[in-house]
Amino acid sequence: MQELQLQKANQQLLLKLSAVAVLMFGFGFALVPLYNLFCDITGLNGKTGQVSVTEARNTTIDMSRSITVRFVTTSQSELPWEFKPLADKITVHPGELGKVNFSIKNMADHAITAQAIPSLAPTKVSKYFNKTECFCFSQQTLQAGEEIIAPVHFIIDPAAPKDISQVILSYTFFKSTKG
Amino acid sequence: MSTATAHDTAHDHHGPPAGLSRWLFTTNHKDIGTLYLWFSFTMLLIGGAMAMVIRAELFQPGMQIVDPNFFNQMTTLHGLIMVFGAIMPAFVGLANWLIPMMIGAPDMALPRMNNWSFWILPFAGTLLLSTLFMEGGGPNFGWTFYAPLSTTYGPESTDFFIFAVHLLGMSSIMGAINIIATILNMRAPGMTLMKMPLFVWTWLITAFLLIAAMPVLAGAVTMMLADRHFGTSFFNAAGGGDPILFQHVFWFFGHPEVYIMILPAFGIISQIVPTFSRKKLFGYSSMVYATASIAFLSFIVWAHHMYTVGMPVAGELFFMYATILISVPTGVKVFNWVATMWRGALTFEVPMLWALAFIFLFTLGGFSGLMLGVTPADTQYHDTYFVVAHFHYVLVAGALFSIIAAVYYWLPKWTGHMYDQTLAKIHFWWSVISVNILFFPMHFLGLAGMPRRIPDYAIQFAEFNQLASIGGFAFGLSQLLFLYILIKTIRGGEKATDKVWEKPEGLEWTVASPAPYHTFATPPQVK
Repeated sequence: MQELQLQKANQQLLLKLSAVAVLMFGFGFALVPLYNLFCDITGLNGKTGQVSVTEARNTTIDMSRSITVRFVTTSQSELPWEFKPLADKITVHPGELGKVNFSIKNMADHAITAQAIPSLAPTKVSKYFNKTECFCFSQQTLQAGEEIIAPVHFIIDPAAPKDISQVILSYTFFKSTKG
Repeated sequence: MSTATAHDTAHDHHGPPAGLSRWLFTTNHKDIGTLYLWFSFTMLLIGGAMAMVIRAELFQPGMQIVDPNFFNQMTTLHGLIMVFGAIMPAFVGLANWLIPMMIGAPDMALPRMNNWSFWILPFAGTLLLSTLFMEGGGPNFGWTFYAPLSTTYGPESTDFFIFAVHLLGMSSIMGAINIIATILNMRAPGMTLMKMPLFVWTWLITAFLLIAAMPVLAGAVTMMLADRHFGTSFFNAAGGGDPILFQHVFWFFGHPEVYIMILPAFGIISQIVPTFSRKKLFGYSSMVYATASIAFLSFIVWAHHMYTVGMPVAGELFFMYATILISVPTGVKVFNWVATMWRGALTFEVPMLWALAFIFLFTLGGFSGLMLGVTPADTQYHDTYFVVAHFHYVLVAGALFSIIAAVYYWLPKWTGHMYDQTLAKIHFWWSVISVNILFFPMHFLGLAGMPRRIPDYAIQFAEFNQLASIGGFAFGLSQLLFLYILIKTIRGGEKATDKVWEKPEGLEWTVASPAPYHTFATPPQVK
């Protein structure tokens, strides 16, 4: 009788603890959205934001100060793309729409799809740095030898920290397709 | 004080079946404990042989014996095998042997699952080792298998590594569930939680850590598998993923893992030190609470392994303070051991020697850990030999020494024979001197800037590397002496008394030596 009770208790504990293990397995995967959410909220990891064009137009421009934005471009080593900004830097007022063009050229003899990943330094500005248009919003497919001029329109929130006068926006293209 | 009634004789006729099937089908906690211990010793020797290859290559600058890719496979597999094959199974083996006897239970709570969780291990180990013989070689990205090294750039055999980790994880989780069920449900009447020996307490907490941490590791390798073959982009920036995320997931498992490998060691030392000090353990309840706080803190310090990834200052500060906070409960433990010895009638039998070496050397490893926990200092030491020195002090001179101490403490109880104490003392002094020659110079190498995981190095590092290699060969050799002592003791030797030592505490000393195949079929009454 006592033996049976013990067996039952053991089996119940086995089930409960297995459930904990399964939950923790799920938690491992839940770390992925949690991590992204955390980075979005805090602006860590250099993740920049996106706003609509109307929203950008309605922002009041803070003429009292200006911020210089510099551009850095990289193509991942196995991606034969020539990728450069058409201006090394531009200076904007917070709230003003900044526009810059990038030239992207596929040097390979076949079509390649790639994704640009943005990063902003210093990271504390990234949650104030929003774009209305960017080639990084979607994957880009370039035919063999094709060259495109891709625009980036951005706006820096006037609430951005006052001590910031320079930021660096970098893009890295990563190959998306195999081969 | 606890007493047990004599009851074992009635079951003596019910011994183990003969032959190989005894080991294959056994559900006996003592048999399974023995299997675990032999498995981990085999893995210790295999992982040790890999360390010998590493030290031989590093004996002098330049490329001598192996090519860099094979060197990387050696460092990777050495780490994986020592962590998952040697240290962890050894502690599970000790738990199997000792926990039922310490709490007065007839066996583990789930004996069939116990058999299964052991027998997964040889397959997992073989799967992992077989990668060395595959085209393209075995895993070569370090035991931490950071993405994208292990996803985009990993060799083909990485998939076998992933499944091996899955199996190892399943085995540990099942072992942990079994240990929790045994401790919570199978205690003898009167054995309240706060009367349990500390080895049982530390294992209970470790088992919870295992259940919480190992599934996250399984999740990490599953994501790797999906990234490699199913077109997902968890860790691939091109698809919107993030390689830094891998490090977060890995170390969310990895830091509790560190304590999984050291908490049972604390338990062992807390059993041995009082016996040879002839005093009760100082601060029993503070030991329990300290262990629990270390376990809790271990889940909120993981990013101190990643200070150099570009974290914001606020993050660095949080993880630094949380990390340094762990030194408080750890300090409580070291204080309690010293206070136990204070004005005790100390004798220096072999287990006590190992336990003392543990306290000295583990504390040393703890100090270098403190240095690494300080963010600005870590920026300097990150990925250098200083890190290698630190974790070998805590894992070799810490975890491994505690396992050896445990074997020398309980071996007479297991085999019924006292070992050759002169040989065992030679083993001790040989090991403790060579382990310091091996790992101490690595501190200097790291401070001077020698990076870890490289097969070649600048000429100014030559002397310290040679010294470390000589210590390494000596330390490796000394474990063969350990093997000889073990075999000699199992085959015969002076009869051990039931108590073995002068005044050991605990139920396991109330049964005969060697411990009968079945113990505590009728639970003892604990007062």
